[in-house]
Amino acid sequence: MTDVPLNNAQPLLDIRGLRKQYGPLEVLKGVDLSMQRGNVVTLIGSSGSGKTTLLRCVNMLEEFQGGQIVLDGESIGYDEVDGKRVRHPEKVIARHRAMTGMAFQQFNLFPHLSALQNVTLGLLKVKKLPKEEAVALAEKWLERVGLLERRNHFPGQLSGGQQQRVAIARAIAMNPSLMLFDEVTSALDPELVGEVLNVIKGLAEDGMTMLLVTHEMRFAFEVSDKIVFMNQGRIEEQGPPKELFERPQSPRLAEFLKNTRF
Amino acid sequence: MYESPSWLHELWVARDALWSGFLTSVQCSVLAIVLGTLIGVVAGLALTYGRVWMRAPFRFYVDLIRGTPVFVLVLACFYMAPALGWKIGAFQAGVLGLTLFCGSHVAEIVRGALQALPRGQMEASQAIGLTFYQALSYVLLPQALRQILPTWVNSSTEIVKASTLLSVIGVAELLLSTQQIIARNFMTLEFYLFAGFLFFIINYAIELLGRRIEKRVALP
Repeated sequence: MTDVPLNNAQPLLDIRGLRKQYGPLEVLKGVDLSMQRGNVVTLIGSSGSGKTTLLRCVNMLEEFQGGQIVLDGESIGYDEVDGKRVRHPEKVIARHRAMTGMAFQQFNLFPHLSALQNVTLGLLKVKKLPKEEAVALAEKWLERVGLLERRNHFPGQLSGGQQQRVAIARAIAMNPSLMLFDEVTSALDPELVGEVLNVIKGLAEDGMTMLLVTHEMRFAFEVSDKIVFMNQGRIEEQGPPKELFERPQSPRLAEFLKNTRF
Repeated sequence: MYESPSWLHELWVARDALWSGFLTSVQCSVLAIVLGTLIGVVAGLALTYGRVWMRAPFRFYVDLIRGTPVFVLVLACFYMAPALGWKIGAFQAGVLGLTLFCGSHVAEIVRGALQALPRGQMEASQAIGLTFYQALSYVLLPQALRQILPTWVNSSTEIVKASTLLSVIGVAELLLSTQQIIARNFMTLEFYLFAGFLFFIINYAIELLGRRIEKRVALP
């Protein structure tokens, strides 16, 4: 699960003082979080605590108004120029987005493309791989998520669990340095949750760096190196799963865990 | 005893005029549909994704044209172009009117289709690193196209029907040619029916084409 990083001083992901507002509503009130390569970090907390927003700031699906996100040494979203905060041009943002992969709650597969084409699109248009190479890579990842024989099926012909596995293959095939999982099992029928979680578990065992938002506490417990509990736009408590779940320090976390199904 | 000539005979006599009228109708319709669709796609994209300064002129264009009868539009293009010092013939003026009309309708169709796509489609495209224009060309527009097709076919047949209005500004399209033929042989019912049949053929061809494309791009 954990690769010992060669250089502890430079984390893969470093978030400092992240602030995000929707109009007058402040949803992230200064979040600091850092992740080493190979780490699996899970964000937990009640809805509205800012978990998903935090995840979406990392690949700039959400703009943020304060603080800094550094991924693999590159500042995400904005640069300081003469003391002014300047948003990166679209091209740079697109390139940074390709450094992360994201799996969504609603899968968001492209319905007009087959499973294989869903995976190859980014490889062909963003990575500019030759067609044969893109197809081979896509097939490798579809096989990994157990869907090689369905490569020519369209999303509408796949179950929710299968769609989510294709969506994960689509993200992973791009070889991101960080995978973001946003409540990927929330929209699934209970009997389909396992197949998706198994795929993620496998990736964690391979040493993939992952930042997850999930309500599957047992899964979070098993797979994570660190659990981060968020409350009202702040990180309330963080630590190794065992410590956090068994000896919560803050009363808010204790209450949250008491009300959570394990 | 005087025997009135059969209408088939008259049809034979009038074949050249009818054929040329038919071709003119097809020509101005196709031109207006193709150009109007191009304008409409650009306007629809601007209305959906443009900033305020970009949306404003397109909004003005779409609202103005959609609120104007197409007949008035054709007359306006015919009379206003020379007044503005723009020397264009009746045919061009008519096509311009129809094009503006078609463009405004297609713009709204495109905007509606793009806005109806789930937001997650753009987000998923961006998440794998596609730029805005790549997401548009490979993900959003192909999906919107499927939504647009049936309504677009509808708009196109409207353009064909509206092309008859060009007869008023002296474009010898199918209706005006038919009227001229009738003025000579007085076979009003026969020739109007025949013209109607020819218009039906044009529109039916468009519908068949639309259905064929729909079938080809249909998702399983």
